[in-house]
Amino acid sequence: MFVRGLKRKCFDGEEDIEGTLAGIKAIPSYNLQRQSLLDMSLVKLQLCHMLVEPNLCRSVLIANTVRQIQEEMTQDGTWQMINTQSTGQASLDRLVSTDILCRSSRDQAEGKHVPAYGTFNKDFESDQAQDSSETMSTASSVQAPRNLQSNVWEMESPQENKGNFQKSLDQIFETLENKSPNSVEDLFSEVDNSYYDLDTMLTGMMSNTKMGHCDSLETFSSPTNTASNSNCKSDLNDLDHIVEILVES
Amino acid sequence: FLAGFGSLMQDVLWCFSQVKGTIDAGVTESDIISTVEFNHTGELLATGDKGGRVVIFQREQESKNQPHRRGEYNVYSTFQSHEPEFDYLKSLEIEEKINKIRWLPQQNAAYFLLSTNDKTVKLWKVSERDKRPEGYNLKDEDGRLRDPSMITVLRVPVLRPMDLMVEATPRRVFANAHTYHINSISVNSDYETYMSADDLRINLWNFEITNQSFNIVDIKPANMEELTEVITAAEFHPHHCNTFVYSSSKGTIRLCDMRTAALCDRHAKFFEEPEDPSNRSFFSEIISSISDVKFSHSGRYIMTRDYLTVKVWDLNMENRPIETYQVHDYLRSKLCSLYENDCIFDKFECVWNGSDSVIMTGSYNNFFRMFDRNTKRDVTLEASRENSKPRAILKPRKVCVGGKRRKDEISVDSLDFSKKILHTAWHPSENIIAVAATNNLYIFQDKVN
Repeated sequence: MFVRGLKRKCFDGEEDIEGTLAGIKAIPSYNLQRQSLLDMSLVKLQLCHMLVEPNLCRSVLIANTVRQIQEEMTQDGTWQMINTQSTGQASLDRLVSTDILCRSSRDQAEGKHVPAYGTFNKDFESDQAQDSSETMSTASSVQAPRNLQSNVWEMESPQENKGNFQKSLDQIFETLENKSPNSVEDLFSEVDNSYYDLDTMLTGMMSNTKMGHCDSLETFSSPTNTASNSNCKSDLNDLDHIVEILVES
Repeated sequence: FLAGFGSLMQDVLWCFSQVKGTIDAGVTESDIISTVEFNHTGELLATGDKGGRVVIFQREQESKNQPHRRGEYNVYSTFQSHEPEFDYLKSLEIEEKINKIRWLPQQNAAYFLLSTNDKTVKLWKVSERDKRPEGYNLKDEDGRLRDPSMITVLRVPVLRPMDLMVEATPRRVFANAHTYHINSISVNSDYETYMSADDLRINLWNFEITNQSFNIVDIKPANMEELTEVITAAEFHPHHCNTFVYSSSKGTIRLCDMRTAALCDRHAKFFEEPEDPSNRSFFSEIISSISDVKFSHSGRYIMTRDYLTVKVWDLNMENRPIETYQVHDYLRSKLCSLYENDCIFDKFECVWNGSDSVIMTGSYNNFFRMFDRNTKRDVTLEASRENSKPRAILKPRKVCVGGKRRKDEISVDSLDFSKKILHTAWHPSENIIAVAATNNLYIFQDKVN
């Protein structure tokens, strides 16, 4: 996790990696990498190819990766920290850090002493065993057993200060049927809803996922009141798009 | 005979034979080759591209006058197999890209092949016409109808020779059976049925019936939010028409017997290698996803390709493969970058040679790899214009993984990841291979002594 105030010196450039890393605890580096991987994965899931249906296999693999990271973060307690911290500029920084992640991988190839995921996992397992009882109780209090698929939680308390990426993740996995209806769905209300399920959500083609896309980007800057704005904006965009298609056909 | 040159696999030296496609620096996206397949005799070689076109090459008869030109492949037929479509319901384009081509065994003078894009499979008939009827009564030579009252004499039309024309006609269109993207088609050994597989379902078709197919595998969960695994490839057993296999994104292979049930959701055999805990990372699952599965010609083995390895499995042993070959293990430390640029999702195919003794698969930088199962030797070759002199022997390539780079080696960081060899094919009985490098098709043959 990228705590504000921590110098980023150690990740800039490849020259001083060995020296500076030795002086910094291994754990923040792993958390940073993991967080960057999570952000990168979420961006990948949300980037929708506007015209062609994206690859379901790729989407499923990315989603599984996200789930894996989430499970690990839930186990070692960093998940709850993400949720309670204020959403602000830190989120933008997390997106930026994907470059850091991949630079570190390159360093590995050149033989520099940057640990791989594998070794860190081993280190964490021993910690997790000790902390699990603590994290479980704190986790539940913050509604953190983040079952990726649980949209029930989202329906009950749609507050904006939940973790941003958790919100966008749920939007990705929710089916259209369960979301609050909008005018787009009304237009297609006679249509068999089985079309509008996870695969189309993953493709990002349906309006709600588009909304999620805009939503998550916007909440990085202003987390509190974007839900309704983005609803309206994307509704209008989708209406235009649909009218275009209807007119053309 | 210089040691170290040529590929030392059972003394096979691979030579450049031909290259098809333009040399232009800029590649038109629609020209990118998306599938390559020899027919059952090796006489024909078909390619499909992103633009929905199929090009069939035919091997010319070997001539005694030019024995070194061992039957070159020349264009035999070109046709537009699939067109782009628009799914109005989902507001999505359906790509015309040809995902797979599979030949049917030849049963008469015409050739038949199946070609498929993401949604629709088509059966094409490719036939020759070298005669044409002349002397119609009701039409004149230009095809215009003659005035019946002007006809005073009846004649019998005769067939006269004409310039050879190769026609491709769509004989069957198998549409509207797949919600998800078709990744595989496989002709059954009964030659009456075939299967098409998409991400979540496999359908069985009869060649004669286009408005109906049987669903034989369905792994779609009731709740799509629970989806964690998709079908990545499927193939029929070469001899047993009731048996097929399909692979998954979790690195597993299931063998199914259609005699046990109409819906083959319960596998007869389940092939999975236990995970190596020392290599575990967040990318473990992604790199275990199988991109291709192929039965050996004998039907005794299956070969699978995942991101970093090729594995050979014995059908009688489910708990681990009998052979594992490293394709490009030097990429293991690069997985994060490859995830970022999406290369980690590239789907490489793999092929057997005619005798099941050598297997081949592609890599990056226009490299492709061959593994000899008997001698355990392997070689890396490159499909490039620089090695394109006629009958030039291909020099083995080597990737330097660290430390000092020798003169002919290339370092991992210099590899061009945009030049990927995903599709290759091996002639059914001879040492002739076809390698698709983006928009170029390379044909290599072994050296004639």
